[in-house]
Amino acid sequence: METTSSPVYQPTSAPLSSRRHFRADKFDFWSFFFSGLTGLATLLIVGILVVILANIVYNGWRGFSWHFVSTIPKKDFFDINTTGVLPMIVGTAFRVVVMTIFVIPVGVITAIYLTEYAANNSIITRIIRAAVNNLAGVPSIVFGLFGLGFFINFVGKNMDYVLHNTSAVWGQPALIWSALTLAVMTMPVVIVATEESLKAIPPGLREASLALGATKLETILKIVLPQALPGIMTGGILAISRASGEVAPILFTGVAYYMASLPTHLSDQFMDLGYHVFVLSTQSPNIQQTQPILYATVLVLLLLTFALNIVAVLIRARVRKKLRSMH
Amino acid sequence: MPTNNQNSRRSHGWMGIHRGHKARPMEWLAEKFIFLVSLSAILMVLLIFLFVAREALPVFFGQTNTALVQKPIPPEDLEKHSAAELQAYLELTPEQYAKISKAGLRDLMSVKVDAQNDIPEDFRNDPDAQINTTEWQYMIKPHQWNGYAKPEYIWQPVGQVKKFNLIPLFIGTLKTTLIGLFFAVPLAVGAAIYVSQLARPRTREIVKPVIEMLSGIPSVVVGFFALIVMATVLQSVLRYETRLNAFVAGIALGFAVIPVIFSIAEDALTSVPRSYSQAALALGASRWQTAWQVVLPAALPGVFAATVLGFGRAIGETMIVLMVCSASVVSWNVFDSARSITTTIAAEMAEAVNGGPHYRILFMLGALLFAATFISNLIGDFVIHRFKQKLEGKR
Amino acid sequence: MADTLIPKIAPQETTATAAKSETPFIDIQNVCLYYGASKALKNISVQLDEKVVTAFIGPSGCGKSTLLRCLNRMNDLIDSVRIEGSIKIGGHDIYDGDVDVIELRKRVGMVFQKSNPFPKSIYENVAYGLRLHGIKSKSEMDGRIEESLRGSALWDEVKDRLHSSALGLSGGQQQRLCIARAIAIKPEVILMDEPASALDPIATARVEDLILDLKKEFTIVIVTHNMQQAARISDQTAFFYMGELVEFGPTTKIFTNPAQKRTEDYVSGRFG
Repeated sequence: METTSSPVYQPTSAPLSSRRHFRADKFDFWSFFFSGLTGLATLLIVGILVVILANIVYNGWRGFSWHFVSTIPKKDFFDINTTGVLPMIVGTAFRVVVMTIFVIPVGVITAIYLTEYAANNSIITRIIRAAVNNLAGVPSIVFGLFGLGFFINFVGKNMDYVLHNTSAVWGQPALIWSALTLAVMTMPVVIVATEESLKAIPPGLREASLALGATKLETILKIVLPQALPGIMTGGILAISRASGEVAPILFTGVAYYMASLPTHLSDQFMDLGYHVFVLSTQSPNIQQTQPILYATVLVLLLLTFALNIVAVLIRARVRKKLRSMH
Repeated sequence: MPTNNQNSRRSHGWMGIHRGHKARPMEWLAEKFIFLVSLSAILMVLLIFLFVAREALPVFFGQTNTALVQKPIPPEDLEKHSAAELQAYLELTPEQYAKISKAGLRDLMSVKVDAQNDIPEDFRNDPDAQINTTEWQYMIKPHQWNGYAKPEYIWQPVGQVKKFNLIPLFIGTLKTTLIGLFFAVPLAVGAAIYVSQLARPRTREIVKPVIEMLSGIPSVVVGFFALIVMATVLQSVLRYETRLNAFVAGIALGFAVIPVIFSIAEDALTSVPRSYSQAALALGASRWQTAWQVVLPAALPGVFAATVLGFGRAIGETMIVLMVCSASVVSWNVFDSARSITTTIAAEMAEAVNGGPHYRILFMLGALLFAATFISNLIGDFVIHRFKQKLEGKR
Repeated sequence: MADTLIPKIAPQETTATAAKSETPFIDIQNVCLYYGASKALKNISVQLDEKVVTAFIGPSGCGKSTLLRCLNRMNDLIDSVRIEGSIKIGGHDIYDGDVDVIELRKRVGMVFQKSNPFPKSIYENVAYGLRLHGIKSKSEMDGRIEESLRGSALWDEVKDRLHSSALGLSGGQQQRLCIARAIAIKPEVILMDEPASALDPIATARVEDLILDLKKEFTIVIVTHNMQQAARISDQTAFFYMGELVEFGPTTKIFTNPAQKRTEDYVSGRFG
């Protein structure tokens, strides 16, 4: 006996495509056009980067020399052959080092709290994260105002009062205040980089350590942190790179156009590469004469910040590759 | 393995495990310490807002008076006024006020009385001399000042009658920011679409870090490049009058903002589950159609957030606009110069008297800027948060 | 250290041994575990003897790993977990208020499903737990490390490269290293969560031989989804299903003549 049942799918409409081959019929113009357009956008962006870098390297190379980098200029900044940027480099380096001393411990400890200790949904965790995110978005000039209003006018002036200083020592623009302001500004960079490296460590390692009878602190200090060290370094380098290039936060908190000697104390003012470029390019009387000096100074600044950035990116890429092989 | 060794090492047997938390005070201390240090982030945000706003409060609450002709408070009436009023009247910071004795205050007040008496007669009748230029109506609405043909918005904090209208600064900020965004958003979003959806994976691995490198260039350098090279190039191409104008500043601003928008938008596009695009491709859509019709709409909240965060970054940028534009001109013409909020603060703080109305208004601008970026960051983060939740939770 | 060569015992002999009926070493009474609102372990009561191998078997998601992790309180690490009932090891309630969890974990060790050696040298991996115990002298450290590596049948393969990275070992070697690391601190109980599931058959066989050796010194509880493995190496078996303990008894009985129908269905492969 036949057991045919009527099929469920009974097509009544015609097939959509009558062709038998797989080649394209017509050229899909709009797809090609828009794909090309977005590709062009990408190319343009990369092109901008290349043009800026090339222009600076090309024009700055001539003035760049060992003499340039190691000379303390006399008051005249305008002769390419006798001027130098050593005080600016020292000023930048000094304030960045002081900043690092403050920002790395605080940033790393905060990141450790957020990844290892904090309950994920508690109110306090969310507030801390929101605070870090907001810190990252504050305009750099507001940091400058903060440095002026808090560090100089409040902390510094009170320090002078407590120490019975007759004239203002701490209650005025100084290297320490610039460094602290920059530390507050770059903290999110360190926190994000550290958190990223902590999260990348497989949880199995922590479990293994705890199962052997280690405490949480021991696990963090002996297993987790050593693994996260490259990531922390990346964060530090990115923070340094950012701090070396920022001018707005130091405008009111410690930078000077000309200092007769190199900065030695935390209460000294200092010269800075970026600030020098700014002042020279907007206020110099003879732009033709100062242009090669400017380019050379910008080249030095770029080498400092950009090179640091690349080093950080390279470290990060290498660490990612190594961790991927561990999973 | 002999059992003697085992037992001798654990002389308490299992009793040793009964010690609880009390055995480890270092752990507990370390945990509390770590927690306290993490609170510093919250503390910093609060401190920033507090101390910036603190300097601005007298202006905000209308306690300052810059009218040249004022009724001076006679020194005898020292006791009748509160500390805050006297600070505003004498233009002192709280620290300075605390250090001055009552006799010193009286001296300052008699100086003020003398100064009032010294104002020449003809100027006394000048209507401008009577105006408290730090009142809110003069800071926001246009006013016809002496010597001008019609009501104008003027920001001119130097001179005899200091004019503090904020509108030119807002316009300047908007001009440069909007130009920057119009330039940056299509480029950055387009590149994000290309890199995440259309390009080969190897291309993505190379291009993504390269574009992020753009953010490693300090803004001073971008400003310098715009000042020296771009301004000339753009002027020869577009042939406008002023070489250094808001247009050039806006384009340079765009350079700085592109990496921000790019990385967030690209991140959002890559977060869209592969299954969406694979389903579209399997139905015969081209890569572009998939990207435009399936992936981009799904990632729209993230792209929107990228724009908002880019906007926040743009209004807060100082050095680029500072190096390109210097004059404060009120006009909607993008080919005129412009002063933004940030550049004004940066350029004029050095000249402002510590504690004076100019100083306080600059701080007030800073507080407003902080509030604006705070809000835009909150919006941007909130949108991204909801977007990621939608991709994971409510899927 | 010549007394560490342990003769291998053929698998058939162990499964024939009946469970020793003494006072239970691990005494689990009426244990319920909740992940938030959902109940993952439903009123489990079972007593495990000392120095035998007990296997927890059952289909995926039946709670066997969850119960295992209760024994060294690794579930404490998860926020939403709540436990009722009592678990006593050696007569002491391990969930008592003043129990030091760190000490507990030194007495109850664990080997995980996915081998997780530290990214350090082989020597340092084993030395880590020893240092936690306060062993400082190098000679004692060397001696104990060799003892543990011999005990996990790894010594001959790595004795010439003790200071090379542990990550360079094969999967089976890494797992044996994790076992060496666990036994180095001389716990009384070793918990094993599917220790051979990620290994190839040859490495699995070596690990199984190891377990049979180790049970002379340690009480071993092993979770496995491989029934043949449970039959090969365990003395007692507990069968779990959907968070409940269905049946517990000597391994031979469970596999040849189980009392419950569900047990019989599972061991004969009718579901899984």
